[in-house]
Amino acid sequence: MITVTDLGKSFTLHNQSSAVIPVLEGANFSVAAGECVALTGESGAGKSTVMRILYGNYLAQAGRVVVNGLDITTATPREILTLRREVLGYVSQFLCVVPRVPTLEVVAEPLLSLGVAEDAARARAVDLLTRLRIPERLWQLSPTTFSGGEQQRVNIARGFAHRYPVLLLDEPTASLDAQNRETVLTLIEEAKAGGAAIVGIFHDLEARDRVADRAIDVSVFTPRKIA
Amino acid sequence: MTPLLQVRNIEKRYGARIGCADVSFDLYPGEVLGIVGESGSGKSTLLNCLAGHLAPDQGEVIFDTRADGPRDVRQMPEAERRMLSRTDWAFVHQNPRDGLRMRVSAGGNVGERLMAVGARHYGDIRQTAGDWLTKVEIDTARMDDRPSAFSGGMQQRLQIARNLVTGPRLVFMDEPTGGLDVSVQARLLDLLRGLVRRMGLSAIIVTHDLAVVRLLADRLMVMKSGHVVETGLTDQVLDDPQHAYTQLLVSSVLQV
Repeated sequence: MITVTDLGKSFTLHNQSSAVIPVLEGANFSVAAGECVALTGESGAGKSTVMRILYGNYLAQAGRVVVNGLDITTATPREILTLRREVLGYVSQFLCVVPRVPTLEVVAEPLLSLGVAEDAARARAVDLLTRLRIPERLWQLSPTTFSGGEQQRVNIARGFAHRYPVLLLDEPTASLDAQNRETVLTLIEEAKAGGAAIVGIFHDLEARDRVADRAIDVSVFTPRKIA
Repeated sequence: MTPLLQVRNIEKRYGARIGCADVSFDLYPGEVLGIVGESGSGKSTLLNCLAGHLAPDQGEVIFDTRADGPRDVRQMPEAERRMLSRTDWAFVHQNPRDGLRMRVSAGGNVGERLMAVGARHYGDIRQTAGDWLTKVEIDTARMDDRPSAFSGGMQQRLQIARNLVTGPRLVFMDEPTGGLDVSVQARLLDLLRGLVRRMGLSAIIVTHDLAVVRLLADRLMVMKSGHVVETGLTDQVLDDPQHAYTQLLVSSVLQV
C-alpha cells in the first residue's frame, strides 16, 4: 500500500542565512496491507518527518512516495485531498478542530465528508466514543475544552471513524490510562485484521511490541555528511 | 470534473504599479481556496478582478455557468454578469457597509436577495430570512431594525446571511472574519464548512488570519508584491513553507 523509494528531505531556512538542514536521504521501505510498521529512532531522527511526508504534509525533495497507487510527491492538492478523504487516515498527537462544533459531529465528520448517511455516521461515532469511554454528557460539547486525554481519545475516535486502508498513527497511546490504552490497541488490531496498512510512532514499547509486525529504524536514513 | 472557475493569467496594473500579475488557478466545486499575504500584496485586487468589480488588464475568468457551461465572465454582457452576481455568486465585503443596504431592515436585506431570484410570497421570504438570521446568531426580534443600529460584528453576520440565502455556488470573501469576536468567528467557520459539505459550495477567501485558512481552506495561495509566490495544500504550505516570504509569514504568528 505504501512504497517509498530514494526519499530525500531537507529544510531550507531562507530567513536564517538560507541554512539547509538535511533530514532524510535515500530512504527506502514499503508497507503491505494488513501490516503494522513502527518507525523507531531517537528523538530528532526524523520519525515525524517521515509520517508527515507520507501524509503529504511535508514536501519531499527527492524520491517517490506511492500510497495506494498515487505518487504523492507529484500529485496535485486535489488528488491528495481525495486520497486523504478515502484512503489515508492520520491520527496526529493534537486535535485541531473548528471551535464550538460538538464532539459527536467532530467524530462523524470524516464519514459525512465521504457521503455516508447521517444516521450511519452518527451510529459509528457513538460506538467509538462509547468504546473510548467519553461520557455521553460530553458528546454535545466541543472537545476544545476537554482534558488532554479526552481530546486524544476524541482524536482517535475521529481517526478510526472511517476504516481507512492506510493509517498513520503518531503516538496513539500517549497520555492514556490502561483501560483506554487497551481499547486503542484493540482498535489498531481490528484495523490490521481489516487489511489496513499501518505506520506508527510508538514510544510506548509494550504497545509497539504488541501491534507492530516490524520496525523501521529511521536513523538509517539520516544523511551521513551533515554540513 | 469541470472546474467551477478557471483563472488564467490575470493581471491588473494601477499605472506603472502592479496590482496583481500572472495569477492562474482552477477552483473545483466544493473547494475552498485561501489567499494570504501582507497588506498591499494584491489579494483584494485579485479578488475584485475575479468577482467583476474591477476590470483586469489581461487574462480570463472562466465560470462554469448552469445554463451554458464554461464561459469567460469578462466577455458576458453586463446584465448577465449582474444576474450571476445575484444568484450563483456572492461577495462578502471586508466592510459590511459595502455589502448591505443600510436604510433597509435586516430582514429586508436578506429578503431582497431572495426577491431578486424570483421569490414573491411574503410569508415564505420572512420565514427564510428569519431562519438565516438565526443561523448567524442574530435575534429574530431585531429583524425589523436597520443594520445601522447593529454592532459591527452583527452587520458582518447579516451580510453573510444576505449573501448565502440564495444558495450561491461560489462565494468571494474579503477578510470575512476580520471584525468579529472569536466566538462568532468560530460559529461562522462551522457554518461555512457545513455549507461547503452539504451544498458543494466553493469559496475564495482573502484573509491574513492563518488560523482561519487552516481550518477552512483546502488550498492556499501566498501573494507578495502582486505575485503568487507559493501555492499548495493548506497544511503543507503552513507546515513546510518553501518560499522565504511564506516562512517569514508563518513564523510571525503568535502562538495562543
